[in-house]
Amino acid sequence: MKLLRHPFWQAVLVLLVAWILITFGIPYLPRLAGMDSAPVPSSVVLQYMVTVLVGVLIWVSDSDERWNRFLEPIRATMVEPERRWLRLGLLVAIPLLVGFLAFRQVRQTVAAPPSLRSIHPAPPSSITFRGTPMTLAGLENPLRADGSIAEDYEEGKRVYYENCLPCHGDALDGRGHYAHGFNPAPLAFNQGGTIPQLTESFVFWRIAKGGPGLPKEGAPWNSAMPVWEDMLTAEEIWAVVVFLYDQTGFSPRTWEEAAGEGGE
Amino acid sequence: MTRGTIRTSAAGIAALALLVLAAQSGWAQEAAAAGPREYGSFPWIGSRTAIWIAAEVHLMFAAFVLGVPMFAVVAEAIGIFGGDERYDRLSKEFTRLLLIAYSATAMWGAVLVFLLTTLYPRFWAHMTEIFEVSMWIYVGLFFVESFTLYLYYYGWERWKQGRAKLGHWTLGILLNVWGTAVLFIADSWLTYMMSPPADVTPDTSPAMVQAWSAFANATWMPINIHRLIANVVFGGSIVAAYAGYRFLSAKTDDERAHYDWMGYVGNFIAIGALIVLPFAGYYLGREIYEYNQQMGITMMGGFMSWLWIIQAFLIGVLFLAGNYYLWVGMGRIPGAERFLPYTKWMLFVLIIGVIVWSTPHTMIADRAELEAMGGSHHPFLGVLGVMSAKNTAVNLMILTTFLSFLMYRRANRRPVVGWARTGTILQAGLFVIAAAVVLFYGVYGYFVSAIVRIGFSVYQVLAVLATIIGVMALDVAMLRGSESRGEIRWGQMPPRSQYALFVLVVTFTWLMGLMGFARSGIRQHWHVWEVMRDTSQWAATPALGFAAQIISVCVIIFLGMISFIFWLGGLVEKPQLVPKGR
Repeated sequence: MKLLRHPFWQAVLVLLVAWILITFGIPYLPRLAGMDSAPVPSSVVLQYMVTVLVGVLIWVSDSDERWNRFLEPIRATMVEPERRWLRLGLLVAIPLLVGFLAFRQVRQTVAAPPSLRSIHPAPPSSITFRGTPMTLAGLENPLRADGSIAEDYEEGKRVYYENCLPCHGDALDGRGHYAHGFNPAPLAFNQGGTIPQLTESFVFWRIAKGGPGLPKEGAPWNSAMPVWEDMLTAEEIWAVVVFLYDQTGFSPRTWEEAAGEGGE
Repeated sequence: MTRGTIRTSAAGIAALALLVLAAQSGWAQEAAAAGPREYGSFPWIGSRTAIWIAAEVHLMFAAFVLGVPMFAVVAEAIGIFGGDERYDRLSKEFTRLLLIAYSATAMWGAVLVFLLTTLYPRFWAHMTEIFEVSMWIYVGLFFVESFTLYLYYYGWERWKQGRAKLGHWTLGILLNVWGTAVLFIADSWLTYMMSPPADVTPDTSPAMVQAWSAFANATWMPINIHRLIANVVFGGSIVAAYAGYRFLSAKTDDERAHYDWMGYVGNFIAIGALIVLPFAGYYLGREIYEYNQQMGITMMGGFMSWLWIIQAFLIGVLFLAGNYYLWVGMGRIPGAERFLPYTKWMLFVLIIGVIVWSTPHTMIADRAELEAMGGSHHPFLGVLGVMSAKNTAVNLMILTTFLSFLMYRRANRRPVVGWARTGTILQAGLFVIAAAVVLFYGVYGYFVSAIVRIGFSVYQVLAVLATIIGVMALDVAMLRGSESRGEIRWGQMPPRSQYALFVLVVTFTWLMGLMGFARSGIRQHWHVWEVMRDTSQWAATPALGFAAQIISVCVIIFLGMISFIFWLGGLVEKPQLVPKGR
């Protein structure tokens, strides 16, 4: 316990606890509370750990007394004769560790490099649907104005179960029968970060144009989503959009008043 | 060679010459039919990189020569009205550096104009046809501004006392007026490229574009405000870094005391203005969305979204470095020790804030990680990737930083007013209420639609701003006539604190380049958004890694040149130190 009153070992402990929390706590603790989680990607682990390290360095150095105490064991290891073996060990171990990390970075692997995939690329202001021009900016779902939303929901449900179910799943959670065959997995509509962030016209565009219709900025667009405009009518796509929102209970993002007008 | 061969050769050469002439004439006709050239080419690095570096370094110098006069005129005013001569010296010391920096700004401006005319003639012709009058005014203002600066600097000693000093200070104000006008004019050109009036189309002749509607376009005023505040931050951070360098190389205690104090003033101004900068940035972002949602989505959710994660991390560094400097500085203030136990909790809030703010919505992951997450969104951390979480984090970080300032300010003072305890409780209450409002709307934001959620950030911002104003007003009233717990021991600052000032200036400069790229890059392949398309080979938006390299080059050029200017400033005249405790 006496050891843990020393700023150096406190700093080591904070870093260790942070690493355990990020690497094991985030993937497993939420599951105990019935929430979904997954391992944290290494890029994010690195980002979090750098932040924590900066915090620890600030804490140990923001007062002269703490800073000098923090440096004590480091100075002692560097100069004191009785720590000669520890010093020698570190002199061997640290370069080896750095070399190993460098080797891990540069060695050839068969895996594809990590990618930055833009999952919500900016939609074009207009598209052509089966040869007919369609302005997306400010576009509302036309079925919501025709007063037969219950029928549209049923129609959307039919379309979903006939076409979307195998990948996006019965619970709209992106875990259909074929989902395990795709990487990245099909989109889960029941998560707050997906369709509630989007307007209905965005979802229409994504269904209509599929993976091949993603703009260049969406690259690498390794998406298996088909181009549904070749197989479904505009009404069927709008109906399935109605179904997605009503079934998940989410509200679509709405347009602001000035949408699509441009200018001042 | 025989005569026959010569004759044959001569005939051959003549035929070749005729052929070349004919071909040249044909090419000439073709060229005439194609009209004037649209793009030039720059060797080695290409046109876009050349114009990018010229524009960015010009902008950095421009920010410096606009930010420092604001700093100088405020410092002079404190010197005049507060009776503290140190501020007057500080103001003059920086005005001297301005003289050289002005030349560098003008040179880079000339480089930019020459590159625009030679590399992008079609685009530049379009701009000059619309903005010609404002360009003439701009040049005129530049003259007026330069000569006001000469008068301001060279008249310093002559107009030092009484009314003449007030007249001199007025010159400083005028310098800022001209500088701000120059900034506003230049802003109109670049914002027109982003948000031209709705009635301007690719078929509109530039001669038919109404000059004022192009000038006062949708994003003009938000950029003006954002840049004005950012210039103050930038000027303050450069002053602080200069002081840090001088502090580390100081030979005497007097020098150390002077530059320690100067570093404190620079940092105070930089962080003080930084606190309100996110609000101005938010206003700009909102106006971009209002103007064109597609542009807004590209900026915040599409290709550019990762820039905001880098930005969050860098602004986190700024907040951490600024607070760190204040906390270390408390070591030289008698009475500050009563606040030190709280700093670790404030650090905890800041670190959690940085972690939340910089958590990406779309994560960089390899195939195995993507598969485990079921896509690019993390099923648990995804909640931190949206604006509700980020707005909450940044507002709490601003409140925490303001609390640091308040502790620093009160460290060596003991209020004498009868209501001091009540006032302190009131201040604490305001902090708690603001934090509660920020947290409430942050959490509630997850349960409402996006359009409602956007409005919540306004309530969060208003709660924080109201608290800052309210707490500060109470503090000023409470500390009136306060007793001192002891003099600040200027100069007794550990050297490591000065590196925080270097971190601040490098991060600010880099951040300016990065966010400038974001603002400019969201136009994508348009010179003027949906009016004039970029048809050059450089039309594609560059990758983030490449952009980061170019920005780093710009930062190195700028900081290298500004260091040279500082060195030159040191050669010209040593500052007259006025070592005096507060």
